[in-house]
Amino acid sequence: MVRNVAIVGVGQSKFGVRHDVSFPELAWESVSQALDDAGLEQKDIEYFIVSNAGGWSSEPLPAVVVGEYCGLTPKGTARVEAACASGSSAIKLAHDIIASGQADIVLALGIEKMNESPTPTVVEFIGRAGNYFWEFQNFGLTFPGYYALYATAYMHKYGATEEDLCRVAVKNHYYGSYNPKAQFPKKITLEECMKSRYVAWPLKLLDSSPITDGSAAAILASEDVARKLTDTPVWIRAIGHASDTSNLSKRDNFLSLRAAVEAAHMAYKKAGVDPSNPAKYFDVAEVHDCFTIAEILAYEDLGFAKRGEGVNLIREEQTYVGGPIQVNLSGGLKAKGHPIAATGVGMAVELTRQLRQEVEKERQAVIDRGWALSHNIGGTGHYAYVNIYSLDKPRG
Amino acid sequence: MSQKSQKEAMEEALKQFEQFVESIKQATGLPIVPDQKTGAALWVDQRELRLKYTISVERIKPFYDGLMDGKLMATKCSKCGTVYFPPQSYCPTCRKSEMQWIELSREGELLTFTVINIKPASFAHYDDYIVGIARLKEGINVTAWVREKDPTKLKVGMKVRIEVVKRQPEGYLTYEIVPVSE
Repeated sequence: MVRNVAIVGVGQSKFGVRHDVSFPELAWESVSQALDDAGLEQKDIEYFIVSNAGGWSSEPLPAVVVGEYCGLTPKGTARVEAACASGSSAIKLAHDIIASGQADIVLALGIEKMNESPTPTVVEFIGRAGNYFWEFQNFGLTFPGYYALYATAYMHKYGATEEDLCRVAVKNHYYGSYNPKAQFPKKITLEECMKSRYVAWPLKLLDSSPITDGSAAAILASEDVARKLTDTPVWIRAIGHASDTSNLSKRDNFLSLRAAVEAAHMAYKKAGVDPSNPAKYFDVAEVHDCFTIAEILAYEDLGFAKRGEGVNLIREEQTYVGGPIQVNLSGGLKAKGHPIAATGVGMAVELTRQLRQEVEKERQAVIDRGWALSHNIGGTGHYAYVNIYSLDKPRG
Repeated sequence: MSQKSQKEAMEEALKQFEQFVESIKQATGLPIVPDQKTGAALWVDQRELRLKYTISVERIKPFYDGLMDGKLMATKCSKCGTVYFPPQSYCPTCRKSEMQWIELSREGELLTFTVINIKPASFAHYDDYIVGIARLKEGINVTAWVREKDPTKLKVGMKVRIEVVKRQPEGYLTYEIVPVSE
């Protein structure tokens, strides 16, 4: 018997360079909000999962450090890692624990404090995330470098330009400017993006998500408990998941992230979404725009556009508020910030608030259908999670 | 390259920062400095960890013997025929481990490429380098540096070959993608 699971409380810290707080203080910012939002106390949490990639930050056992500070000790816990999709892996495990009847209330916390190390060290750690021995050791790839390999191939095949990529940054900064918790709450112009320096040709600084400190927390509950806690539970309708090779060279093309396609396929199947026109089911989506090219690939991998036509969605501004599918109204990883293992939980927080219609009015999606989608990629398509959230209850 | 290398800039910034921390520590008895942008108090770690791994290549030594002869070697499962590059000593496809070593053609075409402008700390001593992925005639992809400084001279689909080279300044054998002029 699989039980329905809902999000009943969410919280998110301000994203950015957070030299004003320590690692556990940063965690408390989102945990305290999530407890308040759910109307729960720490003793009500039966298990908590902490997603954290780490390396750049000083605490090697983040789950217990956070547990002690936030008053969650002695509840069971574990730290999980799926690179930039770690947060979604925490949501999945929290969901599965409840769905299988092993607990009624579980907290998922994503946290990253990347600025405890200097930037070159952070670039090194992220660059090593792929296949360390065969890719990094000899060839010193960086994260923008890996995605630039996809950008070069995509631009060559479909005629997309550097301006097209920058259009994604302009959109996401536009919405980020209305998100007070974003790292860069400011608009940028196409010219500013085009003039920014290359970090991994053809990708520029303003094509890239920043190095971010931040935390996000979501409390998940079983149907019976959720009904008692809130009038607006946000149901987890489906979770699709997949992985791909650690070596990019083992992939057959650089035009699509296979794991994202697989994860979307699985999520659509579980939720009964027609994969030939999935966009019509959703009001709003948060997609993994760690680099601008990644948002265009996401449009295609999710089936919002045909192959080679994802670039048209941004050229025609179809993913702005009021468009057929509203994407990254939080500012996305690009402007909101990308605290690696907090990002996936942050997407769940954002979509919960979007569906409840409680975000800032300039970036509130039009909610007609009551369905939302998150697309969270770890590494360069190494891990993929596609989650579907709804205001209406899945079954039973 | 006339400008300061990324490594020099990085080391200079680090040295300045450490001198700053040292002067504050001497004055106050604590390694707590204000963040340069916000003034927030930062404790500067008094412990340092250096990481340098030793990684087993015992079961793929013929790959390195190949490099010494200028060859690029892969493994092929003698039971199911699957070819592995990077070489694997176990075959997960048929779950047998009867691998033979084969030499790859070293001829193919460029699938994609990028320039690493902002480099990781341990690569900061190099000039900007181009990384590409080539597909060899036999359908195997190889990631490596491309012997070219200007990305506009490269094209997706152009003919390339793989050459074994000695990477400097470290002085160890590796392989490189070399554009073939028609």
